[in-house]
Amino acid sequence: MTTRWTRKDLLGLRELSADEINFILDTADAFKQVGTREIKKVPSLRGKTLVNFFVEPSTRTRTSFELAALRLSADVINISATISSLTKGETLKDTARNLEALHADIFVLRHGSAGAPQFLANRLKASVINAGDGAHEHPTQALLDLYTIREKRRQIAGLHVAIVGDILFSRVARSNIFGLLKLGARVTLVGPSTLVPREFEKLGVEISHKIDEVLPKADVVNLLRIQHERQRREYFPGIGEYIRFFGLTKERAKLLKADCLIMHPGPINRGVEIDSEVADGLHSVILNQVTNGLAVRMAVLYLCGGISA
Amino acid sequence: MKQTKQKTSGAAVPIMDAEAIRGSLRRVAHEIIERNPQLTHVVLAGIPSRGVEIAERIARFIHEIEKINVETGVIDVAMHRDDVGTRSELPIVRESKLPLPLEERTIIVVDDVLYTGRTVRAAMDAINSFGRPARIQLAVLIDRGHRELPIRPDYVGKNLPTAGGEKVQVRLEQTDGEPDEVRLEKS
Repeated sequence: MTTRWTRKDLLGLRELSADEINFILDTADAFKQVGTREIKKVPSLRGKTLVNFFVEPSTRTRTSFELAALRLSADVINISATISSLTKGETLKDTARNLEALHADIFVLRHGSAGAPQFLANRLKASVINAGDGAHEHPTQALLDLYTIREKRRQIAGLHVAIVGDILFSRVARSNIFGLLKLGARVTLVGPSTLVPREFEKLGVEISHKIDEVLPKADVVNLLRIQHERQRREYFPGIGEYIRFFGLTKERAKLLKADCLIMHPGPINRGVEIDSEVADGLHSVILNQVTNGLAVRMAVLYLCGGISA
Repeated sequence: MKQTKQKTSGAAVPIMDAEAIRGSLRRVAHEIIERNPQLTHVVLAGIPSRGVEIAERIARFIHEIEKINVETGVIDVAMHRDDVGTRSELPIVRESKLPLPLEERTIIVVDDVLYTGRTVRAAMDAINSFGRPARIQLAVLIDRGHRELPIRPDYVGKNLPTAGGEKVQVRLEQTDGEPDEVRLEKS
């Protein structure tokens, strides 16, 4: 391993090289093992303070970052949109500068606007980790997806990965596309044409609107959540319609290769994008993703947090 | 990283050749056998990367002498260092591999050069996070002095008095792709 980590921030996978991505995954290997020890804690970030700054609500990503930071012995503060002064009219920059004045070392930012982490990273000495910004990127989710694929299949190059669902608004899909292509996978996006526009072909992926044609060829199927709480009526007629054309039902699961991996960033809508039998079935690595998310986030915090000091 | 990984510059005095390294590791193997009547409880745990190779070599000598396979392992110290952020380079973390449970076992930490003792301190912390071994011992190829912590080795291949500015360079075939050698680079 000759690669060295030189970035204080992790803003997206688009700007990372394949070597840098592999370096994070290798580092995550070492941290994954910490979770199996009797004492699941190492002193790497002892004395550092991490701010979980979630302007958009999230439970699983925030919890995963929090546990990752605690296992590295960092102190953690959680700030959510509702309790922050953002609701009182303070700007993002002022909130962050106030937090930096408290000597915070690492900011984990979830924000509704694309580019918010970049904005902070440019203005703060502290590390900024993007925990999801608008429809832009969600790098740690994609890294844990890559890690899970690599763990199960040893190598990502040459695999055919299908990403199914609401691609248009999905930062998870975008980060996955960048990461998978850099590591040599073939990527097919699947969904209704309203949610999977042709523009994506420019990134170097294939597009299909017929899931039954893609499933028998896929080595990995990554299902994205249909955000039905947002009721995108203008994009597809309804949930029933979506299930009929794109849901991974137990009947459709019969089309899968025997060793195909089913992934989902969670939280899953059982009976919508995936049937319960499939989510809990042999193909599913959904809970492995959760476990691996912790290791990947420890690696990212260790690398970026170690640099910023 | 460690002093031993610096590139050669200026005059380096040869200290040990392959034969001398072989002889001293064989002697260390004998001493480990004498000190540990229950060899099946012993784990030779190397600190990456040269410590791992030295642990393997000692294990082979023990097998030659006693026909017993001693367990070997790897202890990552990078994530247990107390100086993350104070060095220009972030240490690369690696996976530790130790046979479990550690209770009842004797862990012999193996490294190439013993200097300040901080790496060994980190190794002991790492071991303790896996459990509570019966005892921990320390084996090194070179003890160059200048301890900053109350740590002493149980087995030493060679005591090498050095000045602070000097650099001890260990080269091993398997880890460095160079013939086995120990050199002292004068400041």
